[in-house]
Amino acid sequence: MSIEIKTATLEPIRHTFEHTKRRFGDKPASRYQEASYDIAPEQNFHYRPLWQPEKELFDQSRTAVRMEDWNVHKDPRQYYYGTYVQARAKLQEVTESNYAFFEKRGLADRMNDEVKAKIIRCLVPLRHAELGANMNNMFAFSYGTATVLNQGFLYQSMDRLGIAQYLSRIGLLLGGNSTENLVAAKEFWMSDPAWQGIRRYIENALCLKDWFEVFIAQDVVLDTLLYDLMYRQFDEAITEQGGSDLAMLTEFMQEWHKDSSRWVDATLKTTVGESEHNRETIAGWITDWQEKAVADLAPLAEIAVGDGAINASVDVLNKRLAKAGL
Amino acid sequence: MSNRKINMKEKYRLLTRDLEWEYSYRDYKEIFPMEEFEGIKITDWSKWEDPFRLTMDAYWKYQAEKEKKLYAILDAFAQNNGQQNVTDARYVNAIKLFLTGISPGEHQAAMGFGHVGRQLGGVGARVACQMQAIDELRHVQTQIHAMSHYNKFFDGFQDFSHMHDRVWYLSVPKSFFDDARTAGPFEYMVAIGFSFEYVLTNLLFVPFMSGAAYNGDMATVTFGFSAQSDEARHMTLGLEIIKFLLEQHPDNVPIVQRWINKWFWRGTRMLALVAMMMDYMLPNKVMSWKEAWEVYFEEAGGALFKDLARYGIEMPAYAKTAIAEKEHISHQAWSIFYNYGHAAAFHTWMPTEEEMDWLSEKYPDTFDKYYRPRFEKWREMEAAGERFYNPTLPMLCQTCQIPMGFTDMEDPTSTFYRQSEYDGERYNFCSDGCKDIFDYEPEKYVQSWLPVHQIYQGNCGGAEMEEVLGEYYKINLGVDNMDFHGSPDEQRWNAWHNLSSAEDKLKQAS
Ligand SMILES: [Fe+2]
Ligand SMILES: [Fe+2]
Ligand SMILES: [Zn+2]
Repeated sequence: MSIEIKTATLEPIRHTFEHTKRRFGDKPASRYQEASYDIAPEQNFHYRPLWQPEKELFDQSRTAVRMEDWNVHKDPRQYYYGTYVQARAKLQEVTESNYAFFEKRGLADRMNDEVKAKIIRCLVPLRHAELGANMNNMFAFSYGTATVLNQGFLYQSMDRLGIAQYLSRIGLLLGGNSTENLVAAKEFWMSDPAWQGIRRYIENALCLKDWFEVFIAQDVVLDTLLYDLMYRQFDEAITEQGGSDLAMLTEFMQEWHKDSSRWVDATLKTTVGESEHNRETIAGWITDWQEKAVADLAPLAEIAVGDGAINASVDVLNKRLAKAGL
Repeated sequence: MSNRKINMKEKYRLLTRDLEWEYSYRDYKEIFPMEEFEGIKITDWSKWEDPFRLTMDAYWKYQAEKEKKLYAILDAFAQNNGQQNVTDARYVNAIKLFLTGISPGEHQAAMGFGHVGRQLGGVGARVACQMQAIDELRHVQTQIHAMSHYNKFFDGFQDFSHMHDRVWYLSVPKSFFDDARTAGPFEYMVAIGFSFEYVLTNLLFVPFMSGAAYNGDMATVTFGFSAQSDEARHMTLGLEIIKFLLEQHPDNVPIVQRWINKWFWRGTRMLALVAMMMDYMLPNKVMSWKEAWEVYFEEAGGALFKDLARYGIEMPAYAKTAIAEKEHISHQAWSIFYNYGHAAAFHTWMPTEEEMDWLSEKYPDTFDKYYRPRFEKWREMEAAGERFYNPTLPMLCQTCQIPMGFTDMEDPTSTFYRQSEYDGERYNFCSDGCKDIFDYEPEKYVQSWLPVHQIYQGNCGGAEMEEVLGEYYKINLGVDNMDFHGSPDEQRWNAWHNLSSAEDKLKQAS
């Protein structure tokens, strides 16, 4: 049975804003559409940047990739600020109770020293790599053209800061909140040969000028390999060695990566599908960065998981690229 | 093993500041190439005091709670047709000005804080800026959503983004943010982080939100309350950047002082739009512009600059001029818009008799003497069916881009006017403040995309005003523009309210 409350109905004079009407037709638009599409300035800029006088603000030539219309991108998650923070709040709530449980039950004490040492050497130093990912995504955000795509980079950037913070907390939790694990992990990051390739890779990516190449180097190539290696293969290896409780602490990263991959895949596919020029440009970047990433990650893969681990991650990356038409 | 307790400050340091490392494969300057060209000297980023200590998990949690509440109210507002409950349909024009003029500025702020959130060399400063970047994205998006329902029942909201890139008066806020965004990272921080967010926010954001509260605009005021804690964070960041720059090196002091002078004046000019909104566009007045200026600039700003004196920072240059202008600026700005009401995407009108009396009371030294006679004449013309519109195109100030109409504070009947010559060309200014800004960086300000010049050069759709206003600006002529009296907005509003009063009669009869 349904009940019906009578309300005074007023006929609206229009269904949505003109920018959404032009793009999606004369019908009510979603909140995602109204707040994401065509809201960035496009022309009549007043001054050239003092920090880059050869270009305008929102200049499309800040990447070699070309789009007839940057606003054809779409986030399959339909994140605008409100839906984004609510999705992350849900994920962090689960994470918070995992971390609280881990601490309350003293699960760190159940891990043997060897497992702990391995986590500190192989996983915790990633907190620095995540800061690099935060900076790289912020770079792409600040130089992109269309808000519907740009906002994805902003969310991605903040996510990476969050992950860096969770990784730091893992370091603290495994050492009874003393800072020594973080100090040790930083030492590995700075001078352990297993980490130097990755650190060099990130420092190089931080010097790139093309924001779409940054996306390729960071979010597509490195992250696909690294997340498969650390949050799937390493997680399995640690479980076998009696460290299965670690999974409680890395659930956020695993879930986040699934979520973020939907956006990364869609972004890649739309851009590659635009033109042969884009496909070639992107394929060129991928070849360069993949070669470096595989070589740079191999020593870590070796100590974290073992022989052949990096090849398994490369398979995952190749599948992903094939899906995007590369 | 029982866990050691770590305090908040230490934890935040470990979770944020300690993530940074010393680069060794690449040079620091390759990663942060913009840190030196403005002449600012940073000797030690570790001296940065975190203005707030919010980790991402807490950020997501708090912000999600705020968003949930906000959208629940926006949904209820739409469902109950809350737009009918505003004081008067004239009020809605204030938020048309907000959506077309201010919300795109929130978007620019998001981009700008993202830019410095990548380019500043200190991780503490970067992270604080990044949080402001995502907050500012929140603001533009929630403002669009708050006004989405008004857009369905009133004219003038519908093409805010397109208009912001083109319409003459919107080039005032647009050029303001373009100016900040094209400056170096430290000037951006002084411009937007400090001058705008800290010094002027109570004169910009707060008047619009209080105006909403006083005029029954549930959607906008709910946004305002929801953004309050974001703004509190932004203010602490603005203050920290100033203190940090001043403490880093004495050579920074004169640079920062020059930026404060510039951005105070640029901000003051943009506030002319807020001044007229407060005094003329709100059917239910919050306070006069002059009162707001006295409380928020003269008192609060005065205390702030007293505090900054220990660093060698003085009151912004031209603060005196700005103080003198508080008696005039709202009346002059509203006169300009009334004159060009056919070229605006919102409605203008002459104040009612009671409203004129309120203005006389609030501006005893100036309103009756300089403005009432002119306004009464315009009202008579309107009554005679000859509503006054100025058919000529105004000359614009090269810096602030407002039509040259502000008067000399020594002689409030004559228009103030300055000129500079650069590279064989003459440029016009509304004030000494605007001229100074130009003279210091002429190569920058000769680039201004001045709407009137652009019309003359044929870059705005054609030579006919209909082509410019209708096709290029996309103003629905005869609908979005002209006087409020006789507008479709007014007709719809009257129809709604007659409808409900007819219903009331029916109820009473039964
Ligand atoms: Fe804001
Ligand atoms: Fe703000
Ligand atoms: Zn000016």
